[in-house]
Amino acid sequence: MTLATPQPQALNFDCETGNYHTFCPISCVAWLYQKIEDSFFLVIGTKTCGYFLQNAMGVMIFAEPRYAMAELEEGDISAQLNDYEELKRLCTQIKRDRNPSVIVWIGTCTTEIIKMDLEGLAPKLEQEVGIPIVVARANGLDYAFTQGEDTVLAAMAHRCPSKAPVADTEKEERNAISRLLNFGRKQEDVKAEESEYADHPPLVLFGSLPDPVVTQLTLELKKQGIKVSGWLPAKRFTELPVIEEGTYVVGVNPFLSHTATTLMRRRKCTLINAPFPIGPDGTRAWIEKICSVFNIQPKGLAEREQQVWASLEDYLQLIRGKSVFFMGDNLLEISLARFLVRCGMTVSEIGIPYMDKRYQKAELALLEQTCHEMGVPLPNIVEKPDNYNQLQRINDSHPDLVITGMAHANPLEARGINTKWSVEFTFAQIHGFTNARDILELVTRPLRRNNSLKDLGWSKLVKDEAKV
Amino acid sequence: MKLAYWMYAGPAHIGTLRVASSFKNVHAIMHAPLGDDYFNVMRSMLERERNFTPVTTSVVDRNVLARGSQEKVVDNITRKDAEEHPDLIVLTPTCTSSILQEDLQNFVERAQLDAKGDVILADVNHYRVNELQAGDRTLQQIVQFYTDKARKRGELPTEKTATPSVNILGISTLGFHNQHDCTELKRLMADLGITVNAVLPEGASVHEIKNLSRAWFNLVPYRELGLMSATYLQEQFNQPYVDITPMGVVETARCLRQIQKVLNEQGAAVDYEAFIEEQTLHVSQAAWFSRSIDCQNLTGKKAVVFGDNTHAAAMTKILAREMGIRVVLAGTYCKADADWFREQVVDFCDEVLVSDDNGAIGDAIARLEPAAIFGTQMERHVGKRLDIPCGVIAAPIHIQNFPIGYKPFMGYEGTNQITDLVYNSFTLGMEDHLLEIFGGHDTKESITKGISAESDLGWSKDGLTELNKIPGFVRGKVKRNTEKFARDRGIEQITAEVLYAAKEAVGA
Repeated sequence: MTLATPQPQALNFDCETGNYHTFCPISCVAWLYQKIEDSFFLVIGTKTCGYFLQNAMGVMIFAEPRYAMAELEEGDISAQLNDYEELKRLCTQIKRDRNPSVIVWIGTCTTEIIKMDLEGLAPKLEQEVGIPIVVARANGLDYAFTQGEDTVLAAMAHRCPSKAPVADTEKEERNAISRLLNFGRKQEDVKAEESEYADHPPLVLFGSLPDPVVTQLTLELKKQGIKVSGWLPAKRFTELPVIEEGTYVVGVNPFLSHTATTLMRRRKCTLINAPFPIGPDGTRAWIEKICSVFNIQPKGLAEREQQVWASLEDYLQLIRGKSVFFMGDNLLEISLARFLVRCGMTVSEIGIPYMDKRYQKAELALLEQTCHEMGVPLPNIVEKPDNYNQLQRINDSHPDLVITGMAHANPLEARGINTKWSVEFTFAQIHGFTNARDILELVTRPLRRNNSLKDLGWSKLVKDEAKV
Repeated sequence: MKLAYWMYAGPAHIGTLRVASSFKNVHAIMHAPLGDDYFNVMRSMLERERNFTPVTTSVVDRNVLARGSQEKVVDNITRKDAEEHPDLIVLTPTCTSSILQEDLQNFVERAQLDAKGDVILADVNHYRVNELQAGDRTLQQIVQFYTDKARKRGELPTEKTATPSVNILGISTLGFHNQHDCTELKRLMADLGITVNAVLPEGASVHEIKNLSRAWFNLVPYRELGLMSATYLQEQFNQPYVDITPMGVVETARCLRQIQKVLNEQGAAVDYEAFIEEQTLHVSQAAWFSRSIDCQNLTGKKAVVFGDNTHAAAMTKILAREMGIRVVLAGTYCKADADWFREQVVDFCDEVLVSDDNGAIGDAIARLEPAAIFGTQMERHVGKRLDIPCGVIAAPIHIQNFPIGYKPFMGYEGTNQITDLVYNSFTLGMEDHLLEIFGGHDTKESITKGISAESDLGWSKDGLTELNKIPGFVRGKVKRNTEKFARDRGIEQITAEVLYAAKEAVGA
């Protein structure tokens, strides 16, 4: 950036509509089948889809696999075979072999192109087979990578019960989860526990997180007297949270805009638009926003945030003043960039496959505010970036760290540019106060690696002038 | 529709891209939706490639679907042509985008008007062929394209090289130990005084193709890639090819004798017999291993072999013929070329299995209970579950198949590597024998855990005590056999007597 360039006062958004690499949204199967323990995911697509899950995602099938491909063959494509009969045959077999509580059909680009009416077929087949069938169109024509989770959760939002199963004696029990939690405990204990919470409308959190993180975030809210009625998704399909009209919902992941819309429009929920609980700053802002909606005065949050920052100091020293470039992959980019700016880094570019400015409104505002407070330039946000152009920009600006998809990591490293895989942030536990350290553990690893190798002169490992 | 849990061969476009990106200065454009471009990830991550994979996706999204993709594909081809000046751009759809039935040939012709390099459409049916067949076809297509082009320009050479020379066809990126095999084959050819005229496609320039006919013969080490090109070159130039995989001591010798024959028919006077004998008996350690006391103890052990045609056939022959191991089942997932496989292995195994259903192979392994498996990553996984060791001998590739060290499967160094693989796969080898004599050393380990949960059979105290005395690595198998024995005879309580009766019944 030259001196002549005026510092932009507001975030700048570009859309390159370029050729970029990211994972296919069907990759959500990799984490969702583990998260929802009684599910079976059936990806209805071609060999290309199956080979992706197997080879690029490295999803190994185990003795009792809970995901499979319904591989479309020539007869299916040319409509010589009856879709209903074929799917019935497969789902019957899945029921016989695995007997899951739910079968999730993952639609793909191919089912879109041949216009297979999955939503039309599912209700009838569900009756016949006797297992709920949820249809998610996680196709690469409309979505990128993590948005696959969005399509599944949006579909599951329709399946959340609207009334708690009636329990005669215990009116307090709002849903199956709390009943499970309270299982075996005495009535008085449960009542005492209830009184720890402020009186507020039901709150449901949406977004798939590993179980320990679910517990952590639930407890953080409990500290403020806020009771989480349930999570979408729950550990089991049979434990989906109750959603009534007027239930408050808040997302934990930045890529869930369709789920948010579905909950608002179809289930008449109120969305709390908050920054996302990533990094101590984001987590505090997220909790504060929920508190403010429920008119609760947050307690001890500033101290909690300060404590976390203090514990990160050894890592912060490594990254202060360094620059980072996001090529764009998993839609976590804005939240991560905001956290890293707060850590003292500068962000030159945030590539992102899809930018929903409404759902990410609070996060974008926090990013802008953070940049102003830290006195660093606002990053350029590039939607659907062109990877080739990005590589030129990386070549020009030589950032200290590039967070990138897997296709570009090794070639950039060979040219002396530090990288971190964006996909690691998708799979690592990064939410909440306690996990901020894990984010920095990832971010600083290439820099720490450099410290160990720095005297060896091995920074450039390609012969030709780096042709990026 | 097929319920599929695992795939042995990838989709067609992977084969096309493997060939295209193996060449130097060739770029591939994929006409595909977002996410179908994971080939770049595989190449960059599995093969630990330093350079950017020369494959760009021309993204098909909802807009493209509505408007048609012509401008976008043509723009992307001409853009890449201007950016990187590749000699050739190969356009390929994927399973998904091929359904759109767009006239891609027309896009290619339009792009060719502006592009300085050549542009071709990979001619592959994405629903009828898999990765292996598509790769073979794409290589042949590129060879034919540049042969025709040179012929039109009158640039085809008429003379062969002065001394014997070879084209090695079928070495490609993301192939199972291909790079190491290639190095070994080059060394082997050098030892034989044969010049390597070209290696295709890995590291080759398309400009080399017009000179292929200068070589005295083509060597096709892999059944899966290169055979179509070799056949084409034979038709065009009457150029002979040798398609005997030089894997294992016996087959390597057979390959070399075939090369000798092909060369001598063209007027050379080469005699490789002394070389073969020296390598077999004194350089390679494989023949000596076969004769050594270690290998004697492998005699008659049961093994299951499964993989692609090349590797499964070669391993079956090595195990049966060179090591005296009993191959109870030899299988391939190359269904399209199954007849060849049967013919190759029928004399060396009890049973042949042609299937790309991992469940069928898993079931066969569970039924046969071999002492070792030689298969793919999938069979390794099955073996882990059944506690049967597995050596990986074939694709689908995995990051472990790109070792940093030199580990060829072909040629004489390959015979050493395979010997190590076989020896290390069979449990303990020599130690196994000693344990039989001395009664084992790990008899303290508890095995009661889980037994009652796993089966409805009860083990009596003395039965368990006896079971505990059996060495750990065969205990699971003995336990399964005994339980089967008991179940077959309606015995509910397994005592020491029952255990020994079962042992006698299976002749162990």
